Amino acid sequence: MSDTQTQSAKAAPRRPQPAQEVESVTIRFAGDSGDGIQLTGMQFTTSTALAGNDLSTLPDYPAEIRAPVGTLPGVSGYQIHFSSREVLTPGDAPDVLVAMNPAALKANIKDLKKGGILIVNTDAFTAANLTKVQYAKSPLEDGSLSDFRVISVELSRMTGNALAGLALTKVQVERCKNFFALGMMYWLYDRPMEATLNWIEKKFKKTALLVEANQKALHAGNAYAETAEIFGAHYSVRKAPIAPGVYRNITGNEATALGMIAASQKSGLDLWLGTYPITPASDILHELCKHKEFGVKTFQAEDEIAAIGSAIGASFAGHLAATSTSGPGVALKSEAIGLAVMTELPLVIIDVQRGGPSTGLPTKTEQADLLQAMYGRNGECPVPILAPATPAECFSMAYEASRLAIKYMTPVFLLSDGYLANGSEPWLIPDADKLAAFEFPTLPEADKYKPYLRDERTLARPWAAPGLSGYEHRLGGLEKQDVTGNVSYDPDNHERMVRLRAAKVNKIAQDIPATQILGAKKGKVLVIGWGSTYGAITAAARNAQARGQSVSSIHLRHLNPLPPDLGDIISQFEHVLIPEMNMGQLLKIIRAKFAINAVGLNKIKGQPFKIAEVETGIDALAGGGRN
Amino acid sequence: MENKEELTALPAHGPMLTRKDFVSDQMVRWCPGCGDFAILATVQKLLPSLGIPREKYVFVSGIGCSSRFPYYMNTYGFHSIHGRAPTLATGLKCARPDLQVWVITGDGDGLSIGGNHLIHALRKNVDLKILLFNNRIYGLTKGQLSPTSEFGKKTKSTPYGSTDQPINPIALALASEATFVGRVIDTDLARFAQVLERAAKHKGSALIEIFQNCIVFNDGAWNEVSDKATRDENNVDLIHGQPLIFGKNRDKGIRLNGFKPEVVTFAPGQPPKDLLVHDETSAPLAYMLAHMERPDFPTPQGVFRSVQRPALHELIDGQIAQARKASGAEPDLQALLRGSETWTVAA
Repeated sequence: MSDTQTQSAKAAPRRPQPAQEVESVTIRFAGDSGDGIQLTGMQFTTSTALAGNDLSTLPDYPAEIRAPVGTLPGVSGYQIHFSSREVLTPGDAPDVLVAMNPAALKANIKDLKKGGILIVNTDAFTAANLTKVQYAKSPLEDGSLSDFRVISVELSRMTGNALAGLALTKVQVERCKNFFALGMMYWLYDRPMEATLNWIEKKFKKTALLVEANQKALHAGNAYAETAEIFGAHYSVRKAPIAPGVYRNITGNEATALGMIAASQKSGLDLWLGTYPITPASDILHELCKHKEFGVKTFQAEDEIAAIGSAIGASFAGHLAATSTSGPGVALKSEAIGLAVMTELPLVIIDVQRGGPSTGLPTKTEQADLLQAMYGRNGECPVPILAPATPAECFSMAYEASRLAIKYMTPVFLLSDGYLANGSEPWLIPDADKLAAFEFPTLPEADKYKPYLRDERTLARPWAAPGLSGYEHRLGGLEKQDVTGNVSYDPDNHERMVRLRAAKVNKIAQDIPATQILGAKKGKVLVIGWGSTYGAITAAARNAQARGQSVSSIHLRHLNPLPPDLGDIISQFEHVLIPEMNMGQLLKIIRAKFAINAVGLNKIKGQPFKIAEVETGIDALAGGGRN
Repeated sequence: MENKEELTALPAHGPMLTRKDFVSDQMVRWCPGCGDFAILATVQKLLPSLGIPREKYVFVSGIGCSSRFPYYMNTYGFHSIHGRAPTLATGLKCARPDLQVWVITGDGDGLSIGGNHLIHALRKNVDLKILLFNNRIYGLTKGQLSPTSEFGKKTKSTPYGSTDQPINPIALALASEATFVGRVIDTDLARFAQVLERAAKHKGSALIEIFQNCIVFNDGAWNEVSDKATRDENNVDLIHGQPLIFGKNRDKGIRLNGFKPEVVTFAPGQPPKDLLVHDETSAPLAYMLAHMERPDFPTPQGVFRSVQRPALHELIDGQIAQARKASGAEPDLQALLRGSETWTVAA
């Protein structure tokens, strides 16, 4: 596979060492959740983006805020894959593992590539820390790491030496060691340090001593890596051939938040977010509440139900309304979603999926809420569903969800997941002027107004917010009489309204762009994906195509309604493979809709697919297999 | 007695409206003799006098007999789901501070399934007028126990008697830091109109507990305090700055004995000087009054508490104004999308 580090012959160490060129690198930082691992990873990401590589990241942090120090539950990880080619995933297996303690080593060593670089903080390999993770003997000494290039660094002591003379406490010195390690990594992969130096200056601007200490640690780590010749060589990764333009790095949750603000600005409607804190969705709230100058109103409600209730109230009031949550929150909101369907009010329901059922795996990713979004309500209660494929795409899909919600006067699900939410990638910043225009349902003159008089094109009812004289009307959860919106228990009317609500959602098909096919339009295997599996599926399909397999792939952003061209595309292939991080939920939908014997490829480990896993699935259907 | 700040919250007068302007074309479907009719009529009578345009009113309700109320008002309305009316009303009011938002709820809707929402709407001082119809029974589901039903009460769901201590709605509202808390009896039209008007003009959460008679499933629940023959003896009027005096001959009063209230009797027209004087701004007094219950005490009627605190929408709008001032320029979407760290890939 191409997603590997290709290392040229070992150069003899000399100073200054020229960097050896490699195509792709995957690094995983791991340590205690208090070690600043996420921060270190994000700094490395910024510098890598500035170096012009394409990249993808995956943070993996524990559910516990501060699990006991040095234990396995307390291990926090951050993986970055960067390359001079297009990057689609955070990488299958790391080429480099930075382990800050024995727990981090134990939790991650199984993933490190054979021959990979293992950097360990030997100061943390104390008898006590080894015991905590049931290492009878230090793995640094028992030969169990002979498959790897082990770089032992006395990280705490070296950091202490570097900062000697500064009036710092032991704890403060210890907190700088992640920057020492980061400095080493910057040398190893020839990254510029300016962005991190600037960041430190901003972050600690109130305490000059801490600015000095952290910057010193970074420089010291960098110098140490170079002068001590511990690595033997260092590497560079060329700039990737990326579409020209201005880029930034963005996580899925940030992109979702910005998508909602953009929708608010472009629609001319103030944004209301009613929400309740829940992992992994809370960052959407954190991001939105920073931007009040855009008229954003964020409301941290007393519970999930109040969160969506407030959003429905704000929608009735004429705002662009959203509620953000994860699967357990959706379960609590179900009745209210039904109310939004019955009252036909626009609302964006953001579900950042996580492992379930129940509390499940709060910090791990899964795609197991698709059927909940499709069917998880009482009655015939159709809701459109959109799913972004990458972190950056959360922007455009949040925007599109808002646009469709208003155009069709309906709640819309946006199915993100923990992987998209916390993962990041470079984002070609869109031109705000070129974002799609919002369309509003027609509002008739007051004397012709009826609350459920529909727009023929979209079947949307008019949106008359309180305050408009002559449009006074009452909405509610009781069945509505067609056109007038009065309460009706008439049997024929009920069936008509059930069918009308379904027909309205199906009308959205006219807004779905033609499905892009990766590969030939006809062949043996068609891989259908949705959501965050995009990267792994696309990379796997490309690899399989390169190996000569007859395979194509498509990725669905619209799950309800499905793209209108889907049936025709499917009909051109012998087999359909649907990889999902669940037990086969899209699989059920596709089988039911097209009556075909599609095959599932299912992973339910709280972790995204590896490219190799999808390739294996493809080969099983396409035949042949890899050599 | 009116608080000055409360009156300034009123918008300018619109065209003159009458009660009929607030009557919708929907047939009212409550049981004949239901206490809800009196409440509906009282509200419809009050609204034209407030000088607020009809299109600015929104009535939001949950589920229950009382929650059909919005259908009968020719205003904007939202008959939502069980217990959740305060949540919709909160979004509505904070999104659109120009609207006057009323919440219609009952003892089951507001205190059982929606208890949490009521607490939080009150503590956040959302500018809502909350009418809590308390008939101490589930009417719409035909006669089960409600959270205000008496201990030991036999209902369709408690044939052996209720095992549950009832909730005291006034005490709950006070504990939730509500800024306006009142109580009226559905048939006591004069006082109802007064308290309702004050609630309408209050800026912030105003909760009125209305003793409402369910003629079918709990008829006579409030007879002791609503019946003409006994009501003067069994109720005491809360009037800010006035001593607590009651009785047909106004010959009884409340005074403090240590921390405890007690009933004293005196010759008509000659109240003792140490009678308790009502103070709507005193939280401890309001708590004490909330716990004065039959049969040891007369039931307090009127306004328990009325204080001023910024309403939630004012605080939200204040933060937005502050953020706009701090950012200086007009909010720039393109600048937001760019963020702070960018890099350029050349063509």
